[in-house]
Amino acid sequence: MASIFQGVGTATTLSSSTSFDTNKFHLSSRRSLSERKVSFVVVRSDAGKMNVGLNKIGGRADQLVTNAVATKPDTSAASTASKSGHELLLFEALREGLEEEMERDSRVCIMGEDVGHYGGSYKVSKGLAPKYGDLRVLDTPIAENAFTGMGIGAAMMGLRPIIEGMNMGFLLLAFNQISNNCGMLHYTSGGQFKIPVVIRGPGGVGRQLGAEHSQRLESYFQSIPGIQMVACSTPYNAKGLMKAAIRSDNPVILFEHVLLYNLKETIPDEEYVLNLEEAEMVRPGEHITILTYSRMRYHVMQAAKTLVNKGYDPEVIDIRSLKPFDLHTIGNSVKKTHRVLIVEECMRTGGIGASLTAAINENFHDFLDAPIVCLSSQDVPTPYAGTLEEWTVVQPPQIVAVVEQLCR
Amino acid sequence: MLRFINHTSSITNLQFPRHLLHTISSPPLPVSNYATSSSINLSNAFSRCFESVYGGRRLHTATSARNDVDQLSTETPLQQELDFPGGRVKFTAKPVFTSSSSEERTPCYRVLNDNGQPIVDGDSVKISKELAVKMYTNMVTLQVMDTIFYEAQRQGRISFYLTTIGEEAINIASAAALNDNDFVFPQYREPGVLLWRGFALQDFADQLFGNKNDNGKGRQMPIHYGSRKHNYVTVSSTVGTQIPQAVGAAYSLKMEKHDACTVTYFGDGGSSTGDFHAAMNFAAVMEVPVIFFCRNNGWAISTPINDQLRSDGIVVRGKAYGIPSIRVDGNDALAIYSAVHKARKMAIEEQTPVLIEALTYRAGHHSTSDDSTKYRPVDEIERWRGDQNPLNRFRKWIETKGWWSDEAESEHRSRIRKQLSQAIQAAERVEKPPISDIFSDVYDVPSKNLTEQETFLRRTIHKHAQDYPSNVPM
Repeated sequence: MASIFQGVGTATTLSSSTSFDTNKFHLSSRRSLSERKVSFVVVRSDAGKMNVGLNKIGGRADQLVTNAVATKPDTSAASTASKSGHELLLFEALREGLEEEMERDSRVCIMGEDVGHYGGSYKVSKGLAPKYGDLRVLDTPIAENAFTGMGIGAAMMGLRPIIEGMNMGFLLLAFNQISNNCGMLHYTSGGQFKIPVVIRGPGGVGRQLGAEHSQRLESYFQSIPGIQMVACSTPYNAKGLMKAAIRSDNPVILFEHVLLYNLKETIPDEEYVLNLEEAEMVRPGEHITILTYSRMRYHVMQAAKTLVNKGYDPEVIDIRSLKPFDLHTIGNSVKKTHRVLIVEECMRTGGIGASLTAAINENFHDFLDAPIVCLSSQDVPTPYAGTLEEWTVVQPPQIVAVVEQLCR
Repeated sequence: MLRFINHTSSITNLQFPRHLLHTISSPPLPVSNYATSSSINLSNAFSRCFESVYGGRRLHTATSARNDVDQLSTETPLQQELDFPGGRVKFTAKPVFTSSSSEERTPCYRVLNDNGQPIVDGDSVKISKELAVKMYTNMVTLQVMDTIFYEAQRQGRISFYLTTIGEEAINIASAAALNDNDFVFPQYREPGVLLWRGFALQDFADQLFGNKNDNGKGRQMPIHYGSRKHNYVTVSSTVGTQIPQAVGAAYSLKMEKHDACTVTYFGDGGSSTGDFHAAMNFAAVMEVPVIFFCRNNGWAISTPINDQLRSDGIVVRGKAYGIPSIRVDGNDALAIYSAVHKARKMAIEEQTPVLIEALTYRAGHHSTSDDSTKYRPVDEIERWRGDQNPLNRFRKWIETKGWWSDEAESEHRSRIRKQLSQAIQAAERVEKPPISDIFSDVYDVPSKNLTEQETFLRRTIHKHAQDYPSNVPM
């Protein structure tokens, strides 16, 4: 992944693509907030270019990744379905969602470290302070528990704050406020006070950021009653989920990933809001259900290419909603394929995958032909050395190997 | 404890300097004097509006305006000051450490002496007979309420209780000086504020019994009151977490330009939490209308004040964060009323946080789970419950004014006692909240897994009805 995900400023083109076979796929007809008018881009499996071999560190991995995600869009298929959209990077999509909501509702405000004139350390709030004033885009001192508490207090008074953790790991300092007050006050006050906050920030394993900056907070937060958690993975769903989170009256934690901010995609010009509780069907298939979210989606899609070449037909679902799980979509998939592989970045113990495994086992046990396999990071702090770091994260060859084993 | 005493100190002063930034220390210092203080640029007070780009924040440059600064005689005048980030600072050639404490402690503002007589040449807000009597009767109600509910817990009728004995003046007088639309973020020893705002005795009882009339739908333990209607946020057991929330709420008031402030209460123990410090700092930076009210009652469960902190109480911390502060006699209802009245005006008109430290004594146990005779002398407790009792002083004052009498006292007390026992009996008889209230309000709309869990629970109860309490409605 080294060549793709650079820091802010490098214009590396990636098109994150979703492939739909509209004949087979039925959108689950629940409370769907958006009318999707997306320009669909068909994934081409470049059989010749893929060089899947042994799990080799370094150059081989780089080469694999480069080919996996940066596919050329198939113009013929795309142009028929597309309306005019605009191309942007994921962090810009987040900003667009933020800005649209701030424009729409004057109660929406942002608070966090360096979000104001600096524009946010990942540029998500760039340009918003000059436009809306530095009271509405508020720079806070380094006191996560305090400014999260502030956001909660402001929310109880009717504002809709978006609290940014510069890195999700820093929100561990805010755990007291998030767990005891953010999640609980609506309940313990008997419904009198609502806390419509959005807590967001980048997390996950980055590019040699060190153990303290490579935390996966979703596994720590998932137990807190009263909060919702979503993870974005493409510019399209980033903007849609941001808007949905802001409009929700529940406290929502939006997980972004440090390495995904520069993903490029064409998104619609029209306004759209996604459903917070819905999973995203990335690639329909028949043989196995692969559940994933955030950055691992790309590793899965890369592995999917290899698998398709080998004759497998994986169904890839980006679960997006980490709390609660979209068991409807997931269940339908399990009932179809009877095999489940979960690919996540969380650590094995107590991660999202662990909970998801339990949930699927409980609800869809009769439909499983094989035990659920969960590929996660090991229970170690993320090492700094690049080579070591790479091997604490699930890599596409591992995914391919497991699928082959499960589908035997 | 090693003390640095420097007679040529350029930084510490023996007498509390009035021209220093942001500190009200002596009683006769009306708010208008504060406004002329040299270091404050009041014209910027309102420039932090919604539309402003750069905020126009006040630069709190603590310029050393003192006269007794050591002159650097060997250097040219140009090099006596340097413009560091944060403002100009004068240099000194002597490595002088500021003392860990001033020679004299911050004086304490009071209006009535121990005998309930107004101190001569005092300065306070005058209150009417109606207000004074209302304040006193509320203090009595609070005291009686505490006594009776405490007894109810001892009799096993409620599971837990926490009294406000000794702090009635703080509760009632501060509430009286606020407006009803000032948002309150309590710790847990401030039910008097709710009482003042019209929360009925029956409402208190309903919360304690956790019945279906409770605002909180029976979800919190006793004394965790909360009422949106009365602008009083539900008590959360965690200590100090309400302090930054109050700052955030004040921020929202500032954004929407309301003529109101927020108030948050906490104890001496609560002032040790990280949340307190970060919130104070932040409130000062953001210039928001919040009143930090510290009830320094000397005890944090069994931790006495000297084991809690080594500064001169909490009032001096205001200066550390750039917040105007005052120390007040917490058992003097009139002093509290005046201080809060002025603080509120300052907070709103000047858009600044204010810190009030009220010195008082926790005359009761920490809660019904505590027996404070285990860690403090009984005669100390008795003294504060007796002579130093805030009700006694205030009562003496209103009686000398001819506004109160023994008859009025006994009549009021017996009326409240009767109301309370009726309220308790009624609350005991009311149904508990239904099972569905276990699962509602976790989110705005119950999620699928919660609905499933509720179904499962109902099925289990139905199947094993004898193992579940029969008086909980389904």
